[in-house]
Amino acid sequence: MIEIQDLVKRFGSHTAVDNVSLSIGQGETLVLLGTSGCGKTTTLKMVNRLIEPSSGAIRVNGVDVRQQDGPTLRRRIGYVIQDGGLFPHYTIAEAIATVPKLLNWESTAIQERSRELIDKLQLPETVLLRYPAELSGGQRQRVGLARALAAKPPVVLMDEPFGALDPFTRRHVRRELFGLNELKETTVVLVTHDVSEALELANRIVLMDQGKIVQVGTPTELQKNPANEFVRDFLDI
Amino acid sequence: MSDFFAFVRDHADKLLEQTLTHIGLTFVSLLLALLIGVPLGILISRKRKLASSVLGVAGVLQTVPSVALLGFLIPLLGIGVGPALVALFLYALLPIIRNTYVGITEVSPLTKEAARGVGMTDNQVLTKVELPLALPVIFAGVRTATVINVGVATLAAYVAAGGLGEFIFSGIALSNVNMMLAGAIPAALLAIGFDFGLARLQNLSAKKMRVGALAFVILVPFLSAFYLLPGRQDKLIAGFAHEFYGRSDGYPGLQKIYGLSLRPRLIDQNLMYEAIHKKQVDIISGYSTDGRIKAFDLLVLTDNRHAFPPYDAAPVVRQVTLDRYPELGPTLNLLAGKLTDSVMTDLNYRADYLHQSPERIATDFLKKGGLYQVPKSGDRPQTVVMGSKVFTEQYILAEIYRQLIEGKTQLRVVTKTGLGGTQICFDALRTGAIDFYPEYTGTGLLVVLQPPAEELKKLPMQPDSVYTFVKQQFLEKYQLVWQKPLGFNNSYCLMIRREQARQLGIRSIENLVQYLKK
Repeated sequence: MIEIQDLVKRFGSHTAVDNVSLSIGQGETLVLLGTSGCGKTTTLKMVNRLIEPSSGAIRVNGVDVRQQDGPTLRRRIGYVIQDGGLFPHYTIAEAIATVPKLLNWESTAIQERSRELIDKLQLPETVLLRYPAELSGGQRQRVGLARALAAKPPVVLMDEPFGALDPFTRRHVRRELFGLNELKETTVVLVTHDVSEALELANRIVLMDQGKIVQVGTPTELQKNPANEFVRDFLDI
Repeated sequence: MSDFFAFVRDHADKLLEQTLTHIGLTFVSLLLALLIGVPLGILISRKRKLASSVLGVAGVLQTVPSVALLGFLIPLLGIGVGPALVALFLYALLPIIRNTYVGITEVSPLTKEAARGVGMTDNQVLTKVELPLALPVIFAGVRTATVINVGVATLAAYVAAGGLGEFIFSGIALSNVNMMLAGAIPAALLAIGFDFGLARLQNLSAKKMRVGALAFVILVPFLSAFYLLPGRQDKLIAGFAHEFYGRSDGYPGLQKIYGLSLRPRLIDQNLMYEAIHKKQVDIISGYSTDGRIKAFDLLVLTDNRHAFPPYDAAPVVRQVTLDRYPELGPTLNLLAGKLTDSVMTDLNYRADYLHQSPERIATDFLKKGGLYQVPKSGDRPQTVVMGSKVFTEQYILAEIYRQLIEGKTQLRVVTKTGLGGTQICFDALRTGAIDFYPEYTGTGLLVVLQPPAEELKKLPMQPDSVYTFVKQQFLEKYQLVWQKPLGFNNSYCLMIRREQARQLGIRSIENLVQYLKK
């Protein structure tokens, strides 16, 4: 689904992402794991061209991302960030409708889809007319995900999506969200520095350090056969 | 207080017109500032490198005192609406640019990233996310700009652009508190009202606010339109000083005695001359010995019916001083009749336009009249103190007297120039702080003596009769002696450009009235 080839990103003399190559299959949940500044978020943002690579190539569904302009590309890739990244002046209904509207969906289709998502995410219908500030952190996170999924994108990128939640809510919300069928069919790339989150959600984990990939594997593989001392140390085994 | 309401009632139409002009001025300039300021604010939020220089320039403009800014704009734009609008526009610019910039840059980076992340184009990020979120801050800027503009718009009255400043400045010039308040109170109410209204708008919820902002944007041109209401136009445009317009011996006197009827624009008296020179007005009020009459080739219209009281200049001396220094009186009278209107106008012209020092002008004048004498050396234990008011003519007279007295006598002359107004000079003289100063008969009559109206009506407004009257009254009431008149009459007058006067065949105020009636 996503092919990343020899990806490099330099900021001045600093190399943030150093020769990363990856292949992500359809419906897979891939977790980019590492300390802050390891290049995981930069890698993620190059997938939807929020950041342009210095060299290397990314293909989504076989098409090079550079062949389409940024906004068009991003409308077909879901994007979830910390605390939902909701616009304070949009009601929840408007938030969920954001991308379908950008794609010029019919308003009846938008409404139908919004109801469906609210229902799936177990949000009461009354939230539709509320503003993000009136919601709890967990609810905001769900709305953030609903916004990302609204236009049924084949790929969803998540950047520390649960970072703003307390540990209890975080566990609760992520279990619930990742239990959704809708998300199971979608290719997800998730960035986190939380090891337990990675172990719980990932089909495969990519552990990064200083812009380079240290090890790629299923959670079990990483735990059973850590490639080196860094992996052992990071996973705390 | 009842006086105040009576004044407002009597001048309701004028007040309404001024208020509408005031609102119009405020909002036309605000509209211009919005049209320029908001895009500029957006631009510098995109190109941060430009931000400090753009905000710096706007900030500097903001610190220029408003009167100075108007003074600077007049040579470029003349008088009237132009400089007033530009000045107001410049003052409104900074709060609008700055708040647009701050409002946009303070939108959380996470929100902006999310907006790009869901696939908005740069323009969509701006119009759907950044501007709506910046709106309360931008509105706060608009609010500040509006309140500033309501205040600064009073100064429009200096440059004949109208507004509530007309009452305020005329009121100050005439010491008429009711008139002043009739301008100041509505101006304050406008400021408070707009501030309150915009504050309400600012506190609305996000959605209503967008509706409110839209309503405001639609409303602004409407409010601006007040300014464009057509006014009646005269054949000749008059620009009068505020004081002249309100004083009974100024324009009201002309209306009564000549039946003159104009719709004068009110303008600062120093800018009046510039305005007639630049042909923005055709008739101005002024003083008959002003140097600018010569500099700008103006013609003083003759006043056959004596609507303007005579203002013959003569030194006024304390009786005790004359008794103590018997040589002083005759020395002062050496100048009697020597300074005619044209001579005095010329001396003023040299000071104001050729920038000669009063010392040099005085020496030249005395030499020419054969009155100059190099002061004899030796001790001068006896001192006379001379006062003067604060304008060119009085500085020159003071210097002439000093050189004359020190040349002809052994008295030492101490000058106290810069005694603000008539009242200050007169009080200083009466209390003995000064021994003499040059005064004008009309001022002595109308400002110092202020005889009751019936008595004034009986007095013919001829130079001789007024001089005799004030001389006798001053001596009786205050033991102050008017010496012989110097020869010039610095009275109010109407003047027009000499060239236009020739074309239209106007030489006197009577001619002018006839011409306007045609």
